[in-house]
Amino acid sequence: MSELTDLGIAAIRDGVAKGDFTATEVAQAFNAAVAEANPALNAFIVTTPDHALAAAQRVDAARAAGQPLGKLAGVPIGMKDLFATKGVQTTAASHILEGFVPPYESTVSQRLWDAGAGMLGKLNLDQFAMGSSNETSAFGNVISPWRAAGDNAGRAPGGSSGGSSAAVAARIAAAATGTDTGGSIRQPAAFTGISGIKPTYGRCSRWGIVAFASSLDQAGPMARDVTDCAIMLEAMAGFDAKDSTSLDLPVPAWSAQLSDDLKGLKVGIPREYRIDGLNADVAKSWDDGIAWLKDAGAQVVDISLPHTRYALPTYYIIAPAEASSNLARYDGVRYGLRDLPEGAGLQDMYAATRAAGFGSEVKRRIMIGTYVLSAGFYDAYYTQAQKVRTLIARDFEEAFRQVDVILTPTAPSAAFVLGQKSDDPLEMYLNDVFSVPASLAGLPAMSVPAGLDRQGLPLGLHLIGRPFDEQGVLNAGLAIERRAAFTARPEKWW
Amino acid sequence: MSVAPADVAKIASLARIKVTQAEIEAMVPELNGILAWVDQLGEVDVTGVEPMTAVIPNQLRLRADVVGADPLTGGNVRDAVLANAPAAEHGFFGVPKVIE
Repeated sequence: MSELTDLGIAAIRDGVAKGDFTATEVAQAFNAAVAEANPALNAFIVTTPDHALAAAQRVDAARAAGQPLGKLAGVPIGMKDLFATKGVQTTAASHILEGFVPPYESTVSQRLWDAGAGMLGKLNLDQFAMGSSNETSAFGNVISPWRAAGDNAGRAPGGSSGGSSAAVAARIAAAATGTDTGGSIRQPAAFTGISGIKPTYGRCSRWGIVAFASSLDQAGPMARDVTDCAIMLEAMAGFDAKDSTSLDLPVPAWSAQLSDDLKGLKVGIPREYRIDGLNADVAKSWDDGIAWLKDAGAQVVDISLPHTRYALPTYYIIAPAEASSNLARYDGVRYGLRDLPEGAGLQDMYAATRAAGFGSEVKRRIMIGTYVLSAGFYDAYYTQAQKVRTLIARDFEEAFRQVDVILTPTAPSAAFVLGQKSDDPLEMYLNDVFSVPASLAGLPAMSVPAGLDRQGLPLGLHLIGRPFDEQGVLNAGLAIERRAAFTARPEKWW
Repeated sequence: MSVAPADVAKIASLARIKVTQAEIEAMVPELNGILAWVDQLGEVDVTGVEPMTAVIPNQLRLRADVVGADPLTGGNVRDAVLANAPAAEHGFFGVPKVIE
């Protein structure tokens, strides 16, 4: 049965529908693969084999009764532990939420269960989604299934959705949810040779997702290929009255309209993304991507996004500012950890609880956010950043007058060794240099595997589209996927 | 702009995070490194540019003014609200004594 875990969303759903195998057999195969791999990979904080089995049994019963099956019928997925799941611990990989059991289900996870998916477990991540390597989790590092040729050092699966990327790449989940604030779906997808899409801001409801930076946070799928991403995004997206920024738009049939025929399409190559000292393998894969899109019929156009270099510093004001406000809710009163020193008053309890419950990166960002929002500094930092954000979004608007989609590398390097960048916050932040601008502008963007670098590690290519044009992004992604013919997978060592 | 240890202590107090003197000393160069880096935004000419308020244009909606319209978020779910509280007492959140 182990070969069932080689299948992605479309293959499982279609196989279950045709009766080639049962959903229960699929769930059992993935549950076994998770149990075997998780001690080594640490991709899941908790596993929920019973949830996966119960969902599968409902699908098998529905099929036996001749009832219509959902878009994800029989597909076992991993759920990033940032989504509230009813009755299942939800921690955001933090100590402050350890033991928190939501009495409600997030909108996105509920939609996935309604579509027939089952949950293998809650996936590890950077604490409160703050990180690019999964090293800020309170539940330990996730180890990437990938290793460089001739080197057994543990590598970062990317972050913040590092449990998601590791689980999909290791074939212990058919697909996984991710969330992306500045690149947290796309960079881990690139590091592990899988596909992931962040849709237009507002496509997926944020209700029930632990908030990091609310004007940037978006959920999206991480899966084996572009088609699986399209199918899963259809199930996740849609209007939700419980999220005030939810888009009240119909969800297009992205998977049915997939096409890698790009005749007439204009692809922009932003010159500012050719940063000084760009990794040679990354530069080569970008050139490969340009050639593949031309081969698919697209016309390639040089474009300029002049404020690109200001995107990261803008992000590192806006995201911490929103985080400092959002994370004010963790006070030891209503849920989560409480640290009440002997004789402490209310204020002391807040400060002690937050000192004990937040990790160092989370504290660092709360402190930065508090500072840039404080009296006397608000205009110089926060207002200035919001103005530069307007200029960054305007750059994209201008570019999309000339082109339909933009191609860049996803990340400036392949996966690095764990511990290599964790001492220097600024160096870690630079991982998101290519992914952050699209986040600041709310645009749909995805990463697809492009090939391996000289160390044998995956590299991703990044496509950015117009607002609401997930289809354009997915189609260009499909064109790259078909031409890159990326079939490499990590050799099993776990 | 840069911060001194006293500034870091003030920020930590505003953020309600208890910090030791050693933690303050460690945070000063880290925060100054980040602040020096974001300071480059000051060189951008933003004359006449409005700060962004909504990344994708959207209209704020009002929900129907009906009590309990959504059974989950509409109220009358006290026990569910208190279920994760570190100290729930007599149907309330318990906290240390606030008023002497």
